[in-house]
Amino acid sequence: MVPLSYYLVLSGILFACGVLGFLIKRNIITIFMSIELMLNGVNLSFVAFAAQWHALSGQVFVFFVMVVAAAESAVGLAIIIAVYRTRQTLNVDQINLLKL
Amino acid sequence: MAQYFTLSDYSMSLPIILLTLFALDILLIDLWIPIDRKWFNAVTAFVGVLVSAAAVYLRIQRPLDAAGLPAQTAFMNAMLLDHFAIYFWYLFLAGAAIAILMSVRYLEIEHEHHGEFYALILFSVVGMMCMAAGIDIVLIFIGLELMAISTYVLVGFLRTDRRSNEAALKYLLLGAFSSGIFAYGLSLFYGLTGSTNLVVIQNRLAREMAGQAHANPIAVIALLTTATGLFFKIAAVPFHQWAPDAYEGAPTSMTGFMSVAVKAAAWAMLLRILIWGLAPLRPVYVPLLVFVSIATMTGANLAALTQNNLKRLLAYSSIAHVGYMLLGLVAGDAHSPMADGIKGILIYLLVYTFMNLGAFAVITSLRQREVIGDELDDIAGLYSRAPTEAVLMLIFLLSLAGIPPLAGFYGKYFIFLSLIESKHYVLASLAVLYAVFGLYYYMKIANAMFMREALDKTRLPISLGMRTALWISAFATLVIGIYPEPFIRAVNWSLGIAQVGPVASLVR
Amino acid sequence: MPQNYVPIFIFVALIGVLIPVTLLAAKLVRPDNPNKTKLMPYECGIDPVDHARGRYTVRFYIVAILFVVFDVETIFLFPWAVKFKALGVFGLIEILIFLVILIVGYIWIWKKGALEWV
Repeated sequence: MVPLSYYLVLSGILFACGVLGFLIKRNIITIFMSIELMLNGVNLSFVAFAAQWHALSGQVFVFFVMVVAAAESAVGLAIIIAVYRTRQTLNVDQINLLKL
Repeated sequence: MAQYFTLSDYSMSLPIILLTLFALDILLIDLWIPIDRKWFNAVTAFVGVLVSAAAVYLRIQRPLDAAGLPAQTAFMNAMLLDHFAIYFWYLFLAGAAIAILMSVRYLEIEHEHHGEFYALILFSVVGMMCMAAGIDIVLIFIGLELMAISTYVLVGFLRTDRRSNEAALKYLLLGAFSSGIFAYGLSLFYGLTGSTNLVVIQNRLAREMAGQAHANPIAVIALLTTATGLFFKIAAVPFHQWAPDAYEGAPTSMTGFMSVAVKAAAWAMLLRILIWGLAPLRPVYVPLLVFVSIATMTGANLAALTQNNLKRLLAYSSIAHVGYMLLGLVAGDAHSPMADGIKGILIYLLVYTFMNLGAFAVITSLRQREVIGDELDDIAGLYSRAPTEAVLMLIFLLSLAGIPPLAGFYGKYFIFLSLIESKHYVLASLAVLYAVFGLYYYMKIANAMFMREALDKTRLPISLGMRTALWISAFATLVIGIYPEPFIRAVNWSLGIAQVGPVASLVR
Repeated sequence: MPQNYVPIFIFVALIGVLIPVTLLAAKLVRPDNPNKTKLMPYECGIDPVDHARGRYTVRFYIVAILFVVFDVETIFLFPWAVKFKALGVFGLIEILIFLVILIVGYIWIWKKGALEWV
């Protein structure tokens, strides 16, 4: 059996990749995918812990995280379309009407 | 037949179920309503809020009081219906009701009067109710996301407006990011304790912490990530960047709703998690809270000074208020987290709901066919254009600044008092200093209203719904300020404190 | 156990040798007579009009949004289906409530015209 720590390291790496992608990428769609990656890291860690504790509630949480991620990306894509329609770019550096 | 939930579970969540039904009903009926009759949706939504409030009183509050129970759980301990939850439910419903009243005319002017707006407000209230009543992190997370996703759409509701789009996009990206961090922290707590229930998490953490000088490093990492997510949601510095943008771009009535109900929901979740679930880690998170609250007060008050956009200015002011509220959490001492500090936070949230919605109602009414109306210049000379509204706005501003005979004073008063009681003298004086500081930018608005010439001298038309919203907010702001006794008792009740504290008797 | 991996390594090595050899052999043996039509991705279909990495029309995004929502929501049907007998009537009613909410969303989308390909 694969030990728990392997899963946790993988989930940590996935999560860190997501955070890093969120911070350094400039295309909105890519940023969005980074967020999905973060949530997948969360999912993996929940499932690993659920297997460790023999408690199903972690897996239930994963179901909801997946659905939430889907709903979030649906709303996100819709907003991205609206943004693109009003200003013809998907680069976050050029979406700068609201500033300090 | 297998029966997992009993009838009492459904009865306990009746307000939530009713709100959901009303929201679905609005979605469907809206499809057949002609464009000039869309106000009907607002009426439906308003009735829905009232019905739900009645259900809270009849099905939850009264049976609880009749049975003399402090709380009742539902859905296999996922939901905790205590006075705390009921208090917040009323708060959300009040915020939603006033926001609906404010929206009707505004959305007509924006030519974006769709039924979905009201349906989404109701859905987000459902999410908030789940957050306040949830004692299981699964339910809290679903509630949070239901609220957040509805709010993302509401922020971007003006589809052809570039600022609205941009605000929605920024809010969505940062909101989703913070949800991810938050969920990661929750997963670590789940791994540490093997349960998603906050009570179980608290017990196991306490057992693990017992007899150890230092907290488990995993627990510290889990706390840091969870707290980061929570700070994002309440918009505390340094996780506040989304707030001014989202507030400025959102439809103005929606900005009002976000700054009170959404914020109150985030606070309910924060209190639930930090006080119920992570109480054993209090020594670890108090220094964090001190740092964040000082940063929040400093950053927000400084940034607010230079703002010329009203919505942005009030966004920074709302961040500053979060800083004061965080101090209340610092003050609630380790042995009884239910002390005056928490009480101060709850009163603050109640008072803030009315005064801030009132201020945003005035700003919303500035929106005319040709005027966007959210700059400081647009409110100039308001006294000559709409004297009553100008005076009411002055009341809200003074209340926000915390001037004594008004409601805003009591929020700050209890928090500062609890700080002194718990011997945080430096923090208390710092907070008072910043509160005085805040007076400057509120008075900047007042100055513009009364001392400057109006750019547009026509009289400002105020719709009936808007007038109702204004008067309700003003009435509440004045009444809580002049006669706070019943409200303080309500807060005591919500925290399960039976006796009237020394402060309340002093006030009387 | 490292020795457990030996068959896999042999297999990988075999692939590494065999694939180039077969490809090379085929190239030497087969007749080579290409023309433009033959090299098209779909020899007997629609003529490709643009580069594959070009922009898609926004309608595809709307289809994607609808797909993501309705596809992922069915995730809740799987645990219910697995435990159908144990959950009984209670489970059936609960899942029907879920589906009713989903259907309200579907009707809304339908009436809003998001399903039309205009």
